[in-house]
Amino acid sequence: MYRKIQIQLEDFGIDAVLESLKSQTSAAGGFCFFAGVVRDLNDDESIESLYLEHYPGMTEKQLHRILDQAESRFGLLGAVVVHRIGSLLAGDNIVLVAVAAGHRGEAFSACEMIMDYLKTQATFWKKESTSGGDRWVAARGSDLSKEAAWGDASN
Amino acid sequence: MACSEMVLTSDQPETVKALMAQIFLPDGQSLASYAETESLLLAVNQQMVDGDAPLNANDEVAFFPPVTGG
Repeated sequence: MYRKIQIQLEDFGIDAVLESLKSQTSAAGGFCFFAGVVRDLNDDESIESLYLEHYPGMTEKQLHRILDQAESRFGLLGAVVVHRIGSLLAGDNIVLVAVAAGHRGEAFSACEMIMDYLKTQATFWKKESTSGGDRWVAARGSDLSKEAAWGDASN
Repeated sequence: MACSEMVLTSDQPETVKALMAQIFLPDGQSLASYAETESLLLAVNQQMVDGDAPLNANDEVAFFPPVTGG
């Protein structure tokens, strides 16, 4: 399976990722993309900016482990994960998951599984700046439920 | 942990949990006791583990709160 994992300060573009995925996966007929962006509201407080940090080395390993599982479960032909770090403003792109599969069913499922696992296993942390001060974002129990719903909690 | 560096002098702990019993937070409680009430993830050599994971010389051990990326 073609794969690319990028952790970067810079923004990303979806068109370029689609073109590179297509060029590497000629047997793929279905591509699915998920993009996560910074919201301007969380827990009823307005968000001015966000700071993202990660655990260099481990983050890349965790993302590879997640892609390994998606590949073996859905027979993916390609996957790209781009995750930004550093300071971001409301409306900025945070994360992109792009997958290539034979048909749409595997593509939709794999994209969702990769995002659900990324939320609970990839070593990133967000700090929000609000009008009331800075705060580290707390993990959501609902994210653990979504991960568990895939039935394989291995990491 | 409100500090950037901490020096521990001890015999090699056999497990992650044993190491956590030797690390103390500013309020005096050990990391092992903190982890009984707060969510804390553990990793050895950049792989998630539980407290019973064995430790070897030169292992990289990390403790961190639940992740919030994506």
